[in-house]
Amino acid sequence: MLLVRCPWCGDRDEAEFRYGGQADVDYPADPHQLDDAAWGEYLFVRANPAGSFDERWVHTAGCRRWFSLVRDTATNEMRPDIPRRREGR
Amino acid sequence: MTVPHKVETDTAAAEVATALRHGPLEHRAAEFERRSASGARGVRLREEPFLTQLDLRTSPGSSSAASVADALGLPLPAANRVSGDEHDAVLWLGPDESLIVAPDGRAESLLRTVRTAQQGGSGSVVDVSANRTTLRLSGPMAREVLEKLCSLDLHPRAFGPGDCAQTLLGRVVVVLWQLDHEPGYRIMVRCSFAEYLADLLLDAMAEFLDG
Repeated sequence: MLLVRCPWCGDRDEAEFRYGGQADVDYPADPHQLDDAAWGEYLFVRANPAGSFDERWVHTAGCRRWFSLVRDTATNEMRPDIPRRREGR
Repeated sequence: MTVPHKVETDTAAAEVATALRHGPLEHRAAEFERRSASGARGVRLREEPFLTQLDLRTSPGSSSAASVADALGLPLPAANRVSGDEHDAVLWLGPDESLIVAPDGRAESLLRTVRTAQQGGSGSVVDVSANRTTLRLSGPMAREVLEKLCSLDLHPRAFGPGDCAQTLLGRVVVVLWQLDHEPGYRIMVRCSFAEYLADLLLDAMAEFLDG
């Protein structure tokens, strides 16, 4: 069981969370300009690094807030995210 | 229809509704009593149904939040904390969300108080009293019982009176609130999960039944 640190509630069991995938996948500025390949890229293609990965989590069984953290996909070591532009997201 | 007449009708309807309502665990009160134990290794369970619960959304640090706190006479709590006591309390639920808890029958007046305080500012308040029922678990062994079902560190150095947490007990999401040092806890649970949670708690309490 992973221990995930919710920025609001503190350390909680992984079972209280849901995983939200890669962080910072921005909606295209002008979706009408995208061809099918680029739209497919936006919708489905995600990074898959063996190492540090920015990801979204939601504390479903707690405060129900979304937050980001950096997880090492090889070791599961987690670090709180460096706040960049996530206020209100 | 005149306004006074309407108020009388509403009052009568409210009285009928109060007379007809049932706590989700009402039919198990005798069983809770029978399976509770007193003494140095005792633990007791009972239902506290119908507590008034209002979900308050307000932006922390805003003037609206300050006037709500003034009107309630209680500061809005810090993270994972409760302000007030078991009769009048505000529980932290999230960075911009709190739960106001009061005895049965206070919803209308509290809603008016908070809405008046929020006028001109942002935020909302909603009566969610029917969402959850409350279980009261108390006695010297109450923490041992909870520790069988909960992954949180409930040792006094980490969790004490005036602390609250939304977490899992078994498979259900609850609001766990420690009231005093005995220790006594309130466990606020969705009505439809209350039977399941009561079964879990009674099972965890069984070993203390014979002292």
